[in-house]
Amino acid sequence: MIGAHYAADSSDAFSIVPLDALTAIYHRRSGVTHVVTDPVPQIIEALAGKTLSAEDLLSALAVDHEIVIDSETLAGLNARLDELTEVGLVSPA
Amino acid sequence: MRDGRLLAWVLADPSRAQQLDHAAWTEILSMAHAEKLLGSLAAQLKGQTVPAAAQNVLKRARLATDNERQIALWEAEMARRALAPLGITPILLKGAALAAAGVSAATGRHIGDLDILVPRDRLEEAEAAILAAGWEWAKPDPYDDLYYRRWMHELPPMIHRERDRMIDVHHTILPLTTRQTPDAEALVSGARKLECGLSVLAPEDMIIHAVAHLFADGDLQGGLRNLWDIDRMILEFSAVPDFWLRLKARAQRHQLSIHLARALRLCHHIFETPVEGALAGDARKADVFYVGKLLARNGWGQETRKLLAFAFYIRSHWIRMPPLLLMRHLWTKWWREKGTAKP
Amino acid sequence: MRHHYSVKVGPAGFRIGSAWPQPIAALAQLYALYPKPIDLIPDFTVRLEPDTRLRQWIRPSVAIRGDFTLPDAVPMSLDHGLLAAELGMNLQMAMGQRNFLLLHAGSVERDGEVLIVTGESGAGKSTLCALLGETGWRFMGDEFALIEPETGLAWAFPRPVSLKNKAVDVVRAVAGEGRMGPMMAGTPKGDIRHFIPSPEALAAMDKPGKPALILFPRFGYARAARPMGRAEVFVRLTQASTNYVTLGERGFKALTRLVDETPVGAIDYPDTESALSLVEELWAARR
Repeated sequence: MIGAHYAADSSDAFSIVPLDALTAIYHRRSGVTHVVTDPVPQIIEALAGKTLSAEDLLSALAVDHEIVIDSETLAGLNARLDELTEVGLVSPA
Repeated sequence: MRDGRLLAWVLADPSRAQQLDHAAWTEILSMAHAEKLLGSLAAQLKGQTVPAAAQNVLKRARLATDNERQIALWEAEMARRALAPLGITPILLKGAALAAAGVSAATGRHIGDLDILVPRDRLEEAEAAILAAGWEWAKPDPYDDLYYRRWMHELPPMIHRERDRMIDVHHTILPLTTRQTPDAEALVSGARKLECGLSVLAPEDMIIHAVAHLFADGDLQGGLRNLWDIDRMILEFSAVPDFWLRLKARAQRHQLSIHLARALRLCHHIFETPVEGALAGDARKADVFYVGKLLARNGWGQETRKLLAFAFYIRSHWIRMPPLLLMRHLWTKWWREKGTAKP
Repeated sequence: MRHHYSVKVGPAGFRIGSAWPQPIAALAQLYALYPKPIDLIPDFTVRLEPDTRLRQWIRPSVAIRGDFTLPDAVPMSLDHGLLAAELGMNLQMAMGQRNFLLLHAGSVERDGEVLIVTGESGAGKSTLCALLGETGWRFMGDEFALIEPETGLAWAFPRPVSLKNKAVDVVRAVAGEGRMGPMMAGTPKGDIRHFIPSPEALAAMDKPGKPALILFPRFGYARAARPMGRAEVFVRLTQASTNYVTLGERGFKALTRLVDETPVGAIDYPDTESALSLVEELWAARR
């Protein structure tokens, strides 16, 4: 959603373990294990302990990873953020 | 074969555990498990010398209740997130409330489904928001169940699509008879907000709610655990001045004074809880019936049914004997049976 | 309960109560070489009760109850009381065990290292592990592999192996009639006989081992072996575990460590001989 802000728990709330193609994330607060692909671990790491809009998050991700900042990647990021909100890894702020 | 008395005896004073032999340990652990009090027993026995095998069972119980607590608080958080955009702060009830508020009754407590209370006038909005956040009706065709919506104190139960956990949305606490109406608005206005963004009832209302819950089920299923919650809450909350006055006032407000009095007497009798004499009132003959039912658990964890027969006996004699005579007759008969040695 | 029996299997102590004497007598015979619970205080209680009062005497029907119960479980006939007891014990472990991560797997040990063979009932892991236990390996279990979160070690749960139909003959041919329990014909899963682990396996039931190879077997295919990706292994093991979720972070740590430190292979085999030779081959090449 345009203009919406998102927050994630601080980094000590997650235990992140890479498993070749996928990554396992244990979310301490919920006790749920998520097995995810990129860019989810990167999103969690960039958002941990912070509150950002989708646009600012995309800029932060672009600094460390090779991402083109355009409307398509922003739409993709918003879709991922909605999915992560549904499972509780990210919350609307 | 001992009954739940053994479990209550040790819960009331954990140092008594030193007196248990292996047979008694075996029995008390099974009883506690059946009564969903194993985690509470484990919490009470912390610091006591306990045989290694029993220690192992208690450790498992602690791990289990820690996990249940984590799940319960997460469900509460997800409910909070679902209702926050509407400006509704749900009031937690029962186990989740005890855990969120850090009440001592929560230590080692088994916590089941999530129960929340919302104001009556916001019920429809809350229902829509919860359904939108991934919960769905647990039973099919709830809209056909007009009875539920008209008369019950809660919405039909919902379960989360992904997480497979239930939520019960209440708008008032249990009315025990059609003559009693708990004051839902008083419950809401007395609620206090916690740091985590969720609310819980005022301490006295928490106790009144537990009392309503204890007597709501005629069969007293899970009653011993409910009573233990009340014992723990009384011990913790009575430290504050004027507690008993407030408790009396709240009970009157919710028209549950008689039930509170009985609960206090049962707590005192079973868990040796210090209670205020005037509020508890004098012992009533029916108390014996409740005590027996609450402790109807044997060393194998089975529910003993001796009082079911008693209840049927009452009904069958209802017509033939005038009430006062009936009570005296049955009470005497019950005591005689109790006195008989059982294998 | 009028009749009862207590026994220790691996780290878990059980007491089984029964309204009838027959299942208890059968248990006493099958578990004759097993120890009793530590301190004589069991971890779990199983109760074999009449489904209704009437069913204690007339066409007796055994309901499996205890500390943990499945509310909609179908009652069993008294003739299969021994199976009911076994199901009851498995249920307590599956639902109540918290000290160990439980995997639906068989395990055998050699020189302190453990081979773990995953698979649901019927996949052939029971027969395979029973036979390995008779050919140079120490039998640790066929139903549950126990992984200790704090150390990563695998612990034994060497209950008698429940074998079906043809598998009974295969194992009996190797181990002898003296190691077999009574025949229970016509159970929901076919004709069943239990196979009693060797005295050496029972004597060693409290010795753990370090997981050194995990195999995902498929029975009834041409002989083959292939590697597996870690992500696939991790997900399949969470599915193979009855208590991964309830263990919380301890479960996560135990499983990620197991996946990180233990070689894994998927094997297909058409018959038991191929299975045994594949196992030896992959074991030799495991590092």
